Amino acid sequence: MTDIKDLFIILVSSSLVSNVVLSQFLGLCPFLGVSKKTSTAAGMGTAVIFVITLASAVSGVIYKDVLQRFHIEYLQTIVFILVIAALVQFVEMFLKKAMPALYEALGVYLPLITTNCAVLGVALTNVQKEYGIVTGIVNGFATAVGFTISIVILAGLREKMEHNDFPESFKGMPMVLLTAGLMAIAFCGFSGLL
Amino acid sequence: MNKAGERLYNGLIKENPTFVLMLGMCPTLAVTTSAMNGLGMGLTTAAVLAMSNLIISLLRKVIPGKVRIPAFIVIIASFVTVLQLLLEAYLPDLNKALGVYIPLIVVNCIILGRAESYAYSNPPIPSLFDGVGMGLGFTFALTCIGAVRELLGAGEVFGYRIMPDSFTPIGIFVLAPGAFFVLAALTAFQNYLKITKERVGKDAGKIQSGCSEDCMNCGNKGCSRRFYDPDAEDHGWETLEKPAEIKASEIKASDKCTEEPAPKKTIETEEPVIQDLIFIDLKKGGK
Repeated sequence: MTDIKDLFIILVSSSLVSNVVLSQFLGLCPFLGVSKKTSTAAGMGTAVIFVITLASAVSGVIYKDVLQRFHIEYLQTIVFILVIAALVQFVEMFLKKAMPALYEALGVYLPLITTNCAVLGVALTNVQKEYGIVTGIVNGFATAVGFTISIVILAGLREKMEHNDFPESFKGMPMVLLTAGLMAIAFCGFSGLL
Repeated sequence: MNKAGERLYNGLIKENPTFVLMLGMCPTLAVTTSAMNGLGMGLTTAAVLAMSNLIISLLRKVIPGKVRIPAFIVIIASFVTVLQLLLEAYLPDLNKALGVYIPLIVVNCIILGRAESYAYSNPPIPSLFDGVGMGLGFTFALTCIGAVRELLGAGEVFGYRIMPDSFTPIGIFVLAPGAFFVLAALTAFQNYLKITKERVGKDAGKIQSGCSEDCMNCGNKGCSRRFYDPDAEDHGWETLEKPAEIKASEIKASDKCTEEPAPKKTIETEEPVIQDLIFIDLKKGGK
């Protein structure tokens, strides 16, 4: 049995200390691409939390009950990517039918998430670190929360910087990357937490 | 043979996936802590890219258009698994250094991008060389970035001491923030080239200014969002975040992006636009 203390440590370390974007570089595309406005960034973050938590639950169950039972662990990459792609499609269809309000809010972001390498990354990390299903779900949730925290902060900074006067070559992408670098330095400070 | 050479040149220089198209940024940032890691990751990706391009091209008449993306993913994921097992067996150190980024090659947009935009509509041999060229271009870029980071962060390149003893390594360059700074410098340089080109009046539409602009306003042949999402246009991205101004060259590029599969001639008959005169000379010499 995993006790609460272990789960809490995973929660802090996955969301802050080894932040998925700023120290592991997973999910960079949405991080850089959907961070122009705080509201859209928050929407993307919510959708990512939803999908990653669900995906780590499903992939955890499949790994335990199918892959390990039949000793075909080496197929994990293929199985996980297909499961995630199917899951995202399914979630999208389900939300469209059952919860139109939520679909309105998250629908735009869902197709983008399939290609978000953070989802596959979390599923694989859970297997690599031999987390159980509950621990895996907590890890997935914490990772996604870390993603949301950093994308919302970056969006806030970008809104502030939008009309600042940069050298022409640094306008746009380079400035965003520099900001992300400075945020990464700040997040290094969290390593003292554990 | 001429065609194979042209494909290699295209991947290495003209449409270099990292320096020109800005694709596959996750591994570019994550594994380039040293030149050796960059080289290892690049070669692994190149192997997957070449093999998957070959197989997809051979199967292009068998795979129905509607399920091509899942089919591509299965093919790519199989090769990634093979490569991962080989690395585990023969190069355990490299496998450990690259860690989770080896299986993540599956979601590298370069591979899916080439499958969609080239291999699915072209014969096997050019597709194979297209994969090799793109892969080597990626390897070249990763090794360069890795070398710069290793040089600044540890004073070494490929483990050999380069800097004099008086040089204090700037440790942050091998850590996560350093990756962002190096990439920022790279994209700033690219913007600079683009601005200078536009001032002279040349078409610089091919040079991407980073993935950030592309997902909104995709000028990128390989942008993987399109593949999962056939009606990306109807999703209201344009109304969500309207880009401030769209240049004519970008519109042209994004139109190209939506055609699926990309017609052969957009790749084949394009005039060399971004490379310098030296490169054009090289190409003529090669022929």
